[in-house]
Amino acid sequence: MPPSTEAAARVGILTPSGMLGAGFAPETIDYGLALGPDVIAIDGGSTDSGPHYLGAGVAKTTASAVSRDLRLLLRAAATADIPLIVGSCGTSGTDSGVDWVAGIADQIMAEEGLDLKIARIYSEQDAGFLKKELDAGRVHPLAPHGPLAPETLDSCTHIVGMMGHEPFVEAIQAGAQVILAGRATDTALAAAVPLMLGMPAGPTWHAAKIVECGGQCTTDPRAGGVFATIDHNGFVIEPLDPANACTPISVAAHMLYETANPYRMREPAGTLDVSDATYAPLDERRVRVEGSRFEPAEQHTIKLEGARVTGYETLSFSGIRDPYIVANIDRWAALLRNIVTERINQTLKLTDDDYGLDIRLYGHNAILQDIDPDPSTAREVGVMLLVNAPSQATATAIAKVANPLMLHLPLPEMHYLPSFAFATSPAETERGPAYEFVLNHVVDVESATGMFRTHYSREVSRA
Amino acid sequence: MPEHPTPAPQLSDYAIEIRSKNAGPFWVTMETFMKDSAGYAIAADDSFLNEQVIADLYRVDATQVQIFRIPALNAVKISFPRPVTQASLRDRDIHAGQHHVPLACLRVPHHPLTDEAQPVS
Repeated sequence: MPPSTEAAARVGILTPSGMLGAGFAPETIDYGLALGPDVIAIDGGSTDSGPHYLGAGVAKTTASAVSRDLRLLLRAAATADIPLIVGSCGTSGTDSGVDWVAGIADQIMAEEGLDLKIARIYSEQDAGFLKKELDAGRVHPLAPHGPLAPETLDSCTHIVGMMGHEPFVEAIQAGAQVILAGRATDTALAAAVPLMLGMPAGPTWHAAKIVECGGQCTTDPRAGGVFATIDHNGFVIEPLDPANACTPISVAAHMLYETANPYRMREPAGTLDVSDATYAPLDERRVRVEGSRFEPAEQHTIKLEGARVTGYETLSFSGIRDPYIVANIDRWAALLRNIVTERINQTLKLTDDDYGLDIRLYGHNAILQDIDPDPSTAREVGVMLLVNAPSQATATAIAKVANPLMLHLPLPEMHYLPSFAFATSPAETERGPAYEFVLNHVVDVESATGMFRTHYSREVSRA
Repeated sequence: MPEHPTPAPQLSDYAIEIRSKNAGPFWVTMETFMKDSAGYAIAADDSFLNEQVIADLYRVDATQVQIFRIPALNAVKISFPRPVTQASLRDRDIHAGQHHVPLACLRVPHHPLTDEAQPVS
């Protein structure tokens, strides 16, 4: 049966790891179940690895890894009779990502003989709907972005809205035992059940933020997930591996991870403020946190994420070990750029505006370029040519024009034709469409659940 | 004593860890976790590490640099908008995971490495 909605004295959250598919030891789940959780919550996604996953609607994780983790968690949820919540399914939280995880869950349930009511909460947004919201003045930019052009919405291959805890609460109250959600704030999946059971918002959102990356807030992040117990005055956090530890420093430091501001964090319903939070050791491996606040927002907002195709990429990579050329590598790269540009114009009749080309000198300055603090000489340099063009065929044609130069280009004073080191044949690798994130905006909404759609696997919950 | 003057130590010499990462697709954030309060005093010193120093190191707009000094953690946190769009043709660090290096290599004048500034263990 779904959790009681009667007021609870304490609520436990079991977070097995920072991401579904990242793996964890089965014993850590047994340990967590023994602590009496009210919910198992785990994130399934992130924007961290770039716009490809949203733009293409594909997952960063492999199905086998997701299936392995999900099997253990479905069994655990069924055994303990508590909800399992997965947020941002399929990395980006597209509808295809939700269905992908739901398909894996269905297969596992059939194999394991489990009979759990699954809610799929979809977060993908229609550009037409958002243009109406934009016209009505309900879409606002977040720093560092400016106002949104309607064409930008049309150009996106996928747009998702980040849900807060409210759609999760609604689904659990409707009897869902497993929730597979589209894009959600990392914290919302952990916060939903404690809030539903009457825990105060400050400790709940703070605990949710601390558990969202699993073991990241422990002294050994490789050892698996964490368990948070929220009560009416604060929360206690401990690792799921008895040999691992949370310390006041390891817990407090997690507020800094991947956040621009370490004190304040906006959710759809308001802002978590941890400026006055205190972190005290209970023993060698548990920490108690108090003093966290949540300020309800005057206006509920849903953040948007959208990605669009910027072109098609082809990549080519050659290596240079010749000491003379390595010693003159900047001059050589400038020469390569000039001659390649000229040859592309001669043979393909394309000008600079028709395509993009990046020459990266790995081993020399490829990563930091002119902000690199160390200008010392390399021993070998990898020359990556990355081309972006309006079509895959054009991108590859450009890379093929560059190929003889990346194999043989001498400096003007050299009296022989050098041959450089290609690592693969063929030399060109087609990367397909390239994407960029173009939305960093929020929508003012009247209803916290209105932009999301929930489908249940069965209409009636278990008797 | 060495015969030649040694270069000033780097900020990383006083730190447990200096790291950088995306904070969402549009921001870079960096943290210096210093070894002790003496190291923290160096990193938190506004005359040594301020918005303009970061702007010069990373070629970004000083008015968009945010610095948070957190004595309870001996940590200084720095955030600024990503100078290059994530995963665009010119982005060479998708997770911004290597962008701490210019900060870590920042020379610290007038603060030789002393016993007080060494790690406790």
